[in-house]
Amino acid sequence: MNEVVDMSLVDWSRAQFALTAIYHWLFVPLTLGLSFIVAFMESIYVKTGSEEWKRMTKFWMTLFGINFAIGVATGIILEFQFGTNWSNYSWFVGDIFGAPLAIEGIMAFFLESTFIAVMFFGWNKVSKEFHLLSTWLVAFGSNISALWILVANAWMQYPAGMHFNPDTARNEMINFWDVLFSPVAINKFLHTVSSGFVLASVFVLGISAWFILHKREVALFKKSMLVASIFGIVTSIFIIITGDLSAKLIARYQPMKFAAMEGLYEGQAGADLKVFGIVTSDKHDSSLFNLPKIKYKVEIPKALSLLAFNNTNSFIPGVKELIQGDSARNILPLQEKIRRGTLAQQKLAALQKARMDKDTASYLSLKQEFMDPSFQKNYFAYFGYAFISEPHQVIPHISLTFYSFHIMVGLGFFFVILFILSLWFLFSETIENKKKFLWLALFSIPLPYIASEAGWIVAEVGRQPWTIQDYLPTFASISKIDNSSVQITLFLFAILFTALLIAEIKIMIKQIKIGPKEH
Amino acid sequence: MFETLSYATLQHYWWIIISVLAAFLVFFLFVQGGQTLIYVIGKNDNEQTLIVNSLGRKWEFTFTTLVVFGGAFFASFPLFYSTSFGGAYWLWMAILFCFVIQAVSYEFRSKPNNFLGKKTFDTFLFINGALGTFLLGVAVATMFTGANFTVNLENIANQQQRIISQWTSPWHGLEAIADWRNVLLGLSIFFLSRTLALLYFLNNIEDPEIFNRSIRHLIYNSIPFVVFFVAFLIVALIIPGQRYDTVNQLVYIEPHRLWNSLIDLPLLAILLVAGILLTLWGIAMAIFRRSTKGIWFSGSGVILVVFALFMLLAYRGNCYYPSNIDFQSSLHLRNSSSSYFTLTVMSYVSTLVPFVAAYMFWAWRAINRNKLSDKELNEGGHVY
Repeated sequence: MNEVVDMSLVDWSRAQFALTAIYHWLFVPLTLGLSFIVAFMESIYVKTGSEEWKRMTKFWMTLFGINFAIGVATGIILEFQFGTNWSNYSWFVGDIFGAPLAIEGIMAFFLESTFIAVMFFGWNKVSKEFHLLSTWLVAFGSNISALWILVANAWMQYPAGMHFNPDTARNEMINFWDVLFSPVAINKFLHTVSSGFVLASVFVLGISAWFILHKREVALFKKSMLVASIFGIVTSIFIIITGDLSAKLIARYQPMKFAAMEGLYEGQAGADLKVFGIVTSDKHDSSLFNLPKIKYKVEIPKALSLLAFNNTNSFIPGVKELIQGDSARNILPLQEKIRRGTLAQQKLAALQKARMDKDTASYLSLKQEFMDPSFQKNYFAYFGYAFISEPHQVIPHISLTFYSFHIMVGLGFFFVILFILSLWFLFSETIENKKKFLWLALFSIPLPYIASEAGWIVAEVGRQPWTIQDYLPTFASISKIDNSSVQITLFLFAILFTALLIAEIKIMIKQIKIGPKEH
Repeated sequence: MFETLSYATLQHYWWIIISVLAAFLVFFLFVQGGQTLIYVIGKNDNEQTLIVNSLGRKWEFTFTTLVVFGGAFFASFPLFYSTSFGGAYWLWMAILFCFVIQAVSYEFRSKPNNFLGKKTFDTFLFINGALGTFLLGVAVATMFTGANFTVNLENIANQQQRIISQWTSPWHGLEAIADWRNVLLGLSIFFLSRTLALLYFLNNIEDPEIFNRSIRHLIYNSIPFVVFFVAFLIVALIIPGQRYDTVNQLVYIEPHRLWNSLIDLPLLAILLVAGILLTLWGIAMAIFRRSTKGIWFSGSGVILVVFALFMLLAYRGNCYYPSNIDFQSSLHLRNSSSSYFTLTVMSYVSTLVPFVAAYMFWAWRAINRNKLSDKELNEGGHVY
């Protein structure tokens, strides 16, 4: 890479995006899941006419409202940040990426914001059925919103349905359905929203446990716990299934991320799955790019190959093969990808020059070459590698990716056990006596937040350096702004969001302690 | 259906959608205006609670429209998104901060144990109302007066300078506040939002004291609104503007561009005049007849005026985001839009807009059948 890129600006811009995304994701999953739990409860109220279910609905709805507002507040920053901090990105892929954002607004945001007003203020103004419909529409609106933003994110991980237009110097959509229904998009949506459902289920389970422990409204909160446990067991099993699919897709489309998730430095046929490991400060030598050694490993033989390709003997490339290449397995070395990407950029520059010089013959000839499917597949597909100069630039942060992946997976299995136990105790009518379990349920509330954030770290840190996989790295995506400007806004966001988070937690705790109102 | 349309038609169609969203966004800013009047119109806790709750049931409309406006602009004219947001960094960030602090304030302000205290959240609402409207006005004004940027699409393959859109002012958007013409529109939007808020209070709150005070303050706010708006409109009509020549494929300067546009596009001229008259009529009927219906007339008028002005910005080849540094970098519909395919796909999505508007209106009516009163707030519903 010839250009001197101000890496600190890239890092600060990444930090700002990470901070705002992490804060946003503290609130969104609860909205996604709690909206459905509230809708289930209100449906039972409307069907049975029971005041107890109405009180329960209103109690959880209050907590939903507190959480919803802060999710909205943190979300607006994310949308506009694509423009403010990642302006090159916004043009380079805006033709594709902008569409899901706009559809999200038109299809989902108005639905949510309109019917949430009916949900909160319409109790005595509209019929029971219309109110219930509004609650369901809020739940669907929230999740439709998640669909579109996750389609956009999935497209960054697995660009599909587009081609590059050299005249406009950007990628352009050519097949909307390929963007919407790419396997990565479908699985990402299902996996991510179900993580929200699990989180909300643990949240309701834990708070219900607190009430039962304090012998307040026991009958009411046993019902809440039952709703949460049924919803939780179904969705936590579902999340394991979609997680498995997710791993398979990553192994196929983002092999470097997969290698980082498992700390697999050298490829293996019949690769072992690390259930546990410690990333140490000891380094391998330069033949393994000075990567950190992973010790105290607990491994399941051949399970990684099985996980990735449903075959215990399949070969999983490690970081080494992905950098140095493996001709026997058709894995191109990094240097070759850089060469091809550079050639694609040089041809683009020549084409643009011919157009500006009004050299029509050269322009048409170069354009024909550039748009040739073989050139697109063999050269333009590595466009982003022209920005790369060193191997370490394409290796994601190992310990962050490795630990996040393992924490997420471990907690995913823990939630299944938690919900099985709660259902067991509820159906055997012994839940009130299971003090240890109730405390466990209460103290489990932070765990799905950790798991969910860890999942995003795997997804986003694991795909570094790419904003668009193989086409555009972070350091070619940024806006030209002062480093200090980004630092100031980052710290302002950090202070503001932290203050709002504290406010939210304090308000939530107070509202929980107040408990359900009489009417 | 949309596949039969030309690329240019789709670009113009999408500018209509952007203009409609902008028009509704400015109308919904009455929520912001109202937030600056909580302690002016509400003289005791009870009255302030009524005002906050009246506004609180509508704040999401403004917020959502702003987000959708941003999303739609990104999807249809991504070069504006990357140029303006990435360049005028501080101006847009300041606007965003103003809106972030609003979103939580209604829900948190009166909740016990809210950490920052009710006054802080009410201050957030005031900042959102005062600064948010002013800065939005300033930002939109740069679409008439221009900004300092260059655009070079070739940069993506340039090893020395990769960034496509570059801002040439070190103030990154804050320099717009130093241009008095932009300030005129900023102040217009600020006083307009307060004027609309007062009309909304007359219509939505059942309280004689609030009613009388709202009428009085309507005079104080509508006069500066009219003065600032007329001043800005005159400036906008007489200043030279930029226009894209499709034959030579170059941008050139046209004297009195907006005035010429009005003559060339008489339908928009009619909408603009009708909008101004409706706005004034709504204000007048509230002041002189003590009518509660003013919001519907002035609201419709504002929607027409903003729609017409936005349309005039970009139709007939006008550059809707002129560069004062390099005319050929200026943004117009042809050089800044998404591809033909994306605009076609998005056009199908846009057919949902009337449906969205219908259910919004339906839900609004369901909630607002009666005016907001103490009685309703005391019935135990959700209170901010």
